[in-house]
Amino acid sequence: MSVLFKAAPPETDPGFENIRRTVWHRRGFLGSQTAYVTLAFIIITLLVATLAGNFTTTNNLLNISRNFSYIALISLGMTVVIITGGIDLSVGAVTALTAVCTMVLMRWVTDSPLAAVPWAALVVPIAAGLALSAFVGWVNGMMVARVGLSPFVTTLGMLSICRGLTYVITQGRGQPPSGPYVAEFLSVTNGNVGGLPASVVYMLVCAMVLGFTLRHTSWGRHLFAIGGNEQAAVRTGVRVTRVKISAYMLCSLSAGLTGILLAGWLGSAPANLANGYELRVIAASVIGGANLAGGVGGPVGAVIGSALIEVIRNGLVLGRVDAYWQDALIGLIIILAVLVDRLRTRQR
Amino acid sequence: MLYVAQAEPAPSQGVRPGTLPAGERLLELNGIGKSFGAVRALDGMDLAIGVGEVVGLMGDNGAGKSTLTKVIAGNFPPSQGEIRLEGALVTFDRPAAARDAGIEVMYQDLAIAENLTAAANVFLGRELHRSFGPLRLLDHRAMNRRAAELFRELKSETRAEDTVREMSGGQRQAVAIARTRLAKSKLVLMDEPTAAISVRQVAEVLELIRRLRDSGTSVMLISHRMPDVFSVCDRVVVMRRGRKVADKLIAASSPEEVTGLITGAIAAA
Repeated sequence: MSVLFKAAPPETDPGFENIRRTVWHRRGFLGSQTAYVTLAFIIITLLVATLAGNFTTTNNLLNISRNFSYIALISLGMTVVIITGGIDLSVGAVTALTAVCTMVLMRWVTDSPLAAVPWAALVVPIAAGLALSAFVGWVNGMMVARVGLSPFVTTLGMLSICRGLTYVITQGRGQPPSGPYVAEFLSVTNGNVGGLPASVVYMLVCAMVLGFTLRHTSWGRHLFAIGGNEQAAVRTGVRVTRVKISAYMLCSLSAGLTGILLAGWLGSAPANLANGYELRVIAASVIGGANLAGGVGGPVGAVIGSALIEVIRNGLVLGRVDAYWQDALIGLIIILAVLVDRLRTRQR
Repeated sequence: MLYVAQAEPAPSQGVRPGTLPAGERLLELNGIGKSFGAVRALDGMDLAIGVGEVVGLMGDNGAGKSTLTKVIAGNFPPSQGEIRLEGALVTFDRPAAARDAGIEVMYQDLAIAENLTAAANVFLGRELHRSFGPLRLLDHRAMNRRAAELFRELKSETRAEDTVREMSGGQRQAVAIARTRLAKSKLVLMDEPTAAISVRQVAEVLELIRRLRDSGTSVMLISHRMPDVFSVCDRVVVMRRGRKVADKLIAASSPEEVTGLITGAIAAA
């Protein structure tokens, strides 16, 4: 994956007399918080592997990767919003609303004339579910980018709206997938691709596409510009409103996709699905190096951050540590990650 | 080139800008006025800027300098008067329209994103692309090369692929100026570029302004710093309470006179 993030080679070093080049280990990827957290991730994984004998079994590793892939998928979307200097607290609720609506639609389509069309009973509910999540993101984006409301308050409201609607629709009851294509739905959302859980494959593909897009398109560059200096982006003719709306749409879409995948994994979409995910997702993004002030972040960080949390969680379980300690430790890791980055940048 | 300082418009000809030969006029403002409610921020402002001319715009706070800049840059339309660019009547309904016409503003804060590289900032909003089928991807190499060229032209020791966060004030100015060079701007409006930087950096910026002038770009320098205006400008325009009170060649004026004009000790010159 490193090829995706490699900078274009410098044309020529003009050999300036009084301006030295930044030393290699403080430049580019190696100079970022993501690099330090990746290193920490490797060390902690090795540590857990030696301490807990059954950590490295194929089954456990596949379990871990599936467990964190859901958080990582949403973290990818969240990272995009965080890069613009925003935040999206509604992701957990959007995950649940999308999952529930997709399940309800699967039932409706089965009883409607559409059921006669081949595959419609599978494709229409999924497409409608994803469209719904994108729409929620569009509303978030409009409120933040065009109306100028604070992202925190807007998406906090949206969290409540979506979670409320989920309970209204389900009356608190879980919604199972139904209709003639249940088997196909389960294999698309919870199958295996080359021995890997489907959700892990979705996560890897999304991470690679996002990494490439952030680095090699105007859209990606404009996201960073908006996060770095929004006023400058406006003045240089970047379509700030449009780019910001697209960021919130992408974030909601990633939550929606995750909701559908979760419904497949659990075999049902409960109304309290993904409760509290927003904070785990933000924690993963921030541990991975996304800066809530904007302008910094990337897909590698989102994935590593999510993986790190899950490895620690898993290690504690295997080490038979009281489960109640997990959250406290995760909190410690969040603060440590940010603290190390702070100390490191102060040395410059 | 012949300039005649004008305090009062000649009544027989109505409102008339400075007497530059028509072919050498880049920008002309005729009787520009701007009101915000009851406040008259600009009143009957005439101004002509020649090709490759550096004009200093001076005045106390609230004299109407930034209102004038914003009218020229298309931030808002004037209440009265007309703007001509190279003889043709223009109306700018938004900043992008003014920029497309060749008028670039260099803001006091330089409008730079510190987390991006120098090249990315120079090309911000105007990225170069390569096409791969339906994909339009950034052409990093071409942008870095072109930005490096611009910095070399500006004789600035700025590395195109370095992040702006680690750069000095002078290098940041070079990045902002390279942006105007890239756009082949005809007129660059500089809002207090030397207000918050060190002595050495001020010298660098003034040198950059001279290079812009030598390449045929006109510059309007809005500044409070008398030494900067007198060392780099061809002409100085003084505003007081929304009106132009002086429009003189630098050689025909003096810092003392300009100070008097700004404060109102001298009514007009």
